[in-house]
Amino acid sequence: MTRYAMVIDMRICVGCGDCVTACKTENQMPDGLTRDWVVERTSGVYPNLSTEFRSERCNHCSHATCVYVCPTGASHYWRDTNIVLVDEGMCTGCKACIASCPYDARLIMHPEGYVDKCTFCHHRVEKGLDPACVSTCPTHCMYFGVLDDPASKVSTLLRTRNYKTLLQETGNQPNVYYLT
Amino acid sequence: MIEEVLVTLKANPKIDPVLSTWSWEVPVYLFLGGLTAGIMFFAAIMVLTNRQREVPFMTEKLVLWTVILLSIGMGALFLDLSHRWYVYRFYTAFRPTSPMSWGSWILIIIYPVCILQILSTFRQGYPKLARRLERFGVGVLALDLSERFRRPVAWVSVPFALGLGIYTGVLLNTLVARPFWNTGILPILFLVSALSTASALAILGTSDKGERHLFTRIDFGLIAVEILLVFLLVIDLSAGSEVQLASVDLILGGRYTVAFWILFFSVGLLIPFLLEARELLGKSAAAFYMAPLFVLIGGYLLRQVVMNIGLHSSWSNYANQFDPQLLELLH
Amino acid sequence: MDNKGQQSFKPVSWDEAFDFIAARMKRVAADHGPEKVALFSHGSGGGHFKHLLKAFGSNSYVAPSFAQCRGAREVAFKLTYGEGVGSPDRTDMEHSRCIVLIGSHIGENLHNSQVQTFAAALHNKVKLITVDPRFSVPAGKSDHWLPIKPGTDIALLLAWMHVLIQEDLYDREYVTRYTHGFSALKEHVQHLTPEWAYPITTIPAAQIRETARVMAANAPATLIHPGRHVAWYGDDTQRLRAVAILNALLGSWGRPGGYYMQEKVNLPNYPVPKYPKITAKVQDANKGKYPEAYAGVSTAMFDASIGPDALYKAWIVYGTNLPITVPGVAGRMQEAVDSLDLIVAIDIQPSEVTGYADVILPECTYLERYDTLRNAAEQTPNLALRMPAFKPKYDSKPGWWIAKQLGERLGLGDYFPWKDYQEVLDWQLQKVGSSLAEMQKIGVKVFPRKSPLYFTDGADIEFDTPTGKIELYSTKLAKLGFDPLPNYTAHQEPPPGYYRLNYGRTPAHTFGRTQNNRYLFEIMPENVVWVHPTVAREWGLGNGRYVRLKNQDGIESNRIRVRVTERIRPDSVFMAHGFGHTSKGLRLANGRGADDTALITNVLHDPIMGSSGMRANFVTFLEGEV
Repeated sequence: MTRYAMVIDMRICVGCGDCVTACKTENQMPDGLTRDWVVERTSGVYPNLSTEFRSERCNHCSHATCVYVCPTGASHYWRDTNIVLVDEGMCTGCKACIASCPYDARLIMHPEGYVDKCTFCHHRVEKGLDPACVSTCPTHCMYFGVLDDPASKVSTLLRTRNYKTLLQETGNQPNVYYLT
Repeated sequence: MIEEVLVTLKANPKIDPVLSTWSWEVPVYLFLGGLTAGIMFFAAIMVLTNRQREVPFMTEKLVLWTVILLSIGMGALFLDLSHRWYVYRFYTAFRPTSPMSWGSWILIIIYPVCILQILSTFRQGYPKLARRLERFGVGVLALDLSERFRRPVAWVSVPFALGLGIYTGVLLNTLVARPFWNTGILPILFLVSALSTASALAILGTSDKGERHLFTRIDFGLIAVEILLVFLLVIDLSAGSEVQLASVDLILGGRYTVAFWILFFSVGLLIPFLLEARELLGKSAAAFYMAPLFVLIGGYLLRQVVMNIGLHSSWSNYANQFDPQLLELLH
Repeated sequence: MDNKGQQSFKPVSWDEAFDFIAARMKRVAADHGPEKVALFSHGSGGGHFKHLLKAFGSNSYVAPSFAQCRGAREVAFKLTYGEGVGSPDRTDMEHSRCIVLIGSHIGENLHNSQVQTFAAALHNKVKLITVDPRFSVPAGKSDHWLPIKPGTDIALLLAWMHVLIQEDLYDREYVTRYTHGFSALKEHVQHLTPEWAYPITTIPAAQIRETARVMAANAPATLIHPGRHVAWYGDDTQRLRAVAILNALLGSWGRPGGYYMQEKVNLPNYPVPKYPKITAKVQDANKGKYPEAYAGVSTAMFDASIGPDALYKAWIVYGTNLPITVPGVAGRMQEAVDSLDLIVAIDIQPSEVTGYADVILPECTYLERYDTLRNAAEQTPNLALRMPAFKPKYDSKPGWWIAKQLGERLGLGDYFPWKDYQEVLDWQLQKVGSSLAEMQKIGVKVFPRKSPLYFTDGADIEFDTPTGKIELYSTKLAKLGFDPLPNYTAHQEPPPGYYRLNYGRTPAHTFGRTQNNRYLFEIMPENVVWVHPTVAREWGLGNGRYVRLKNQDGIESNRIRVRVTERIRPDSVFMAHGFGHTSKGLRLANGRGADDTALITNVLHDPIMGSSGMRANFVTFLEGEV
C-alpha cells in the first residue's frame, strides 16, 4: 500500500480557512456542505495561553473503520493506497461509515444522498499535483506526499519535527499529521 | 480552560453538531428484528423441550409473525437508506469485516429458517390457511417435511435466533466512533430485551392461562436480568475512556437523563417488573396486559434511546462559533 | 433615485445616467468651481476616476487608506527617514531574525503577500515578539507575548529605547553615521525606565528588558513592524515615530531583515493633454489643521461637504462604502445627502452608500475587467496585469469605460483618446519592452533592479529630511510646535460597566466588501463578539447567545453572537470589522453580525496629520435581547 500523508504545520497555520474555500470550489461542493474545516483550540487562562489551528478533514486512515464497516464495498481504498473513496454507484446510504468515523469527516451528498468525503483530491494527485487545499494555503503550512518515500518532504518533516495525529487511540492509524 | 471552536462553519446536515443520521427507522428495525429473534428462540426452545402444547400461542400462532415483523423491520431499514435505489448493492458483495454485510446476508438465510419453522406448526396454528396450502402438491410436501423435521428445524432456529438477537446490538457496538455503544454489555442487553419483548407479545396474545403464566415468569426473570445489565452498562462505561465517561454523562445528568431513566428504564423495565411481580404473587391479574405493553414500549424505547445517545456521543468536542442556520440563506 | 439610504432605484440607460451626471457636474463647476466635485476612492479602479477628476479640474480626492489606515505611519516614517513605508510594506520579513508586532495581527489580517512573507519568517524560526492586549493569532505564535494594557504602547516603546541606549545595545555605528538627535533622545528616555513603564503598561520590567535584548541580539535583522491600520488614539504619528526611532536604533532601516529599499518599474503614462491648473488643494478641507497631511483626510472632506458654506458640492464615490468605512459618518449620511447637489456611487454591489446616491453606476467585478497596471514598489520591480476572466455579467461595465463615457460627456474626450483600455495597456507595456499579448500570457513580469535593495556597508546616504539624516529628533515637528521626540500620554479608560471596543480583521473577509460573497459567507457568515469568561459570568452571557451592544454615546449595534474566550482581556471586547450590513440588497450579509464602525463615534483626530483614532470607544451589553 502506498501511503499518502498530509502534514500540517500548526506553528505556521493562521486559521484563515482558505483550504476550506479551495476545497469547496475545486470539488464544487453544494451550498452548505464541507469536506474540510478549521478548528482553533485555546488552552490556558489569560495571559498564560496557547492556541493551535488545525485544518481538519478525512484522515485517510491506514486502518479505516469506515472502509471495514461498509457493507457494499462502496467505501474503499483507491488503487492500493490509503486514500479512502466512496463509490457513489455502490453506496446505499446506510450511513454506517458515518457512525464509524471518529472524525465526523463524512457527509451526505445533497441532493443525491450518497455518502461523500475528502478524496485527498485524488484527481489532482494522479496528475502529480497537490490537493487543492495544500496548493492554495497562503502560509505554505500544508504538505502532501508519499510517506513510504524516505526522501519526501512529508517523511523528512515527520523525521525531524514533533508531531501528533488526531484520535490515534481509536486505532484508525490516521495519515494527517500535525507538526507541533 | 480549553476552548475548541470552528474557525470555518461546519454544518453538514445530519452530521453536525451531533449525528442525527438515523431516526426512527433503524430503532424500529432493531426492535422488530429483536422481536423476531425472540419469537424464533422461544418457539424453537419450546419445541425442543416438548412443551409445544403448553405454549400453543407462541409455537403455533406467533411464529407466523416472524417473517411479517422482520419484513416490516427491513422495510423500515430500506426507508432509512439515503441512496436507496442502490439497495441491491448489499447483495452484490460480501464484506467479511462489515457487521452490516453479515447482517444482510444472515437475514437472507433467516427467512427460509423462519418459513420452515412456521410450516412445522402451521397445520396446528393456522388450519384454514394450511388447507389452502394443501391444495398444492408442493404445499403438502413442504408442510409434511417441515413437520417431520420439526426438531431439526428448531435446532437450527436457536442459533439463528440468538445470532439475530445479538446482531442487533453488535451492529451498534462495532461502530467504535460512538463511545456510548462501545460496551460489550450492549449486545447482551439487546438480546435479553429481544427475548423479553417476545415473551411480552406471547403474554398479550395468548388465551391460555398456563402459557401466560409461564411467559410472565420468564419475562419477570428476563426483566430482572435486564435491570442488572443496565447497571452493568453504566458501570462499564463509567470505567472506560474519557469519551466513554463523557458519553455516560449524557444519562447521568446530561440531556438524555430523563429519556433513559424515566422513559426507558422506568416505563420499560421498572413498572412492568413491579406489575409482573404483583401478578406472580397473585395480587392483581386484572390489568395483565399492562405489563407486557410496557415491556414492548420499553423494548422499542431501549433501542431508540440508546441509538440517539450513541449518535450524540462522539470523539470531537469543537463547536461552531457562527450560527449554522445562516447557511439556509444560501438556498 | 430615492437617496434616503433606502436601496430603491429606478433602472435607466447608461446614456441617461451619464447625461444626468454630466449636467449636474457642469452646473457645480459653473456655479462653484470644478474643485467642488470630490472623489472618495479605494481600490485599483480608482485611478480612472482620479484621472477624470484632474481633467475636470479638481484635486479633491481622498482614500480612507490615509486617515483610517496607514497615514500616520507614512507621515511618521517620512518625518524620520524622509520616506514612508509605502504599500506594499517594505518590510523584509522573510529575512528577519526577530519581528516585533505592535497591535498588528498579521494572519487575522490576510494581506496576502504580507502573510506569505510573515509565514516565511515563521518557517525561518524568527523570534517573534507580539505586543497586543488580545491573544491574537500571531500572539499564539510568539516567543514573547506582551499583553499590554490598551493605549500604552508609547510607554513601552520609550522603555525599550531606554534599555537599548542604557545597556549600549543600539547600533552605534549606524546611529552615528545616519541619525540626527541621538543625544537629545538619550536624554529624553534617560528616566523612562522599564520600571517606569511597568505600572503604565502592566508589562513587567524584566520582560521589557529581556525583549529589548532579544531585539538587539538579532539586529539589524530585527523588524519593529510598523503595522498598517494605525489610527488608534489620536497620537498615532507620535507612536509611529517611536516605532521608526526604535528601528533606527537597531539599524534595521535599509538592512536585510528590516526595511528594504523599494523600486518600481519606470512606466510612462499614456500621453494625454496636460491637466488644467488647479489651485485648490484637498487639504483645504482640513481648515488649517493637520499640517503633515500630505493626502486628503476623509473625515475632514466629509465634514466639509455639509452645510451652506460647504467646500464640496458633489461626490463621486468609487468602491468606498462610507458608512462602514469611515468612523463617525454613519449617522450623518443624510446631512451630506441634503447638502450635496450630486452623489454618484460606482460600486459592484448595493453597499450601504449606494442607498444615498443620486445615481448608481454598476461596475463589473475585478474578474470581468481590465484595470491600470499594478506597478508597486517592491523588492523586485514588477508589473502585473488585471484582465477579465469572463465577460461582465448583467449590464455592469468596467471602470475605465465609465470614466471615459463620463469624460466625453463633460467635453473631456481629449483625455480619453483611446478606443478601449487595452490600447492604453499595450502602449505602456510596449514602452517597457513588453506587450499586452505577452502579459495576457504571463500575468506578471519581473524587471531587474537598478538600485541596491539594501544600504551598502559604510555608504553615505542622504535622507530626504531637513537635516539630511534619519531624524530621531524631528526638526520639522519642533518647528511645527509638536513634540520633536515622542511622549507617552494617558488615554481614556472605560467607564464602569463598559468595555473597550477592540476591533480587527478576519482572514475570511476583505474590509466590509466581501460579506455578501457566497463562498466567503459560507465559511464566516457573521462576526462574533469576544467576551472574557468573567465578563460573561457577570452579564450571564453564554456562548452562542445573541446580544446587542451600546456605546458611550448611546449608539446600539445589531445583534451579535457571543464568544466566551480567554483570548480577550476582561476590560475589552473584540469583534471583526466589516459586518452588520444594513443594505437590503446584500441579501446574505444584511443584518448579519454587528458593525464596529457604527459604534466608533468618538474619533480622536491626530493633530499632526488628521488620522481618525478609533480606539477610545466603549460598549456595554443591552440586557433582555435575544
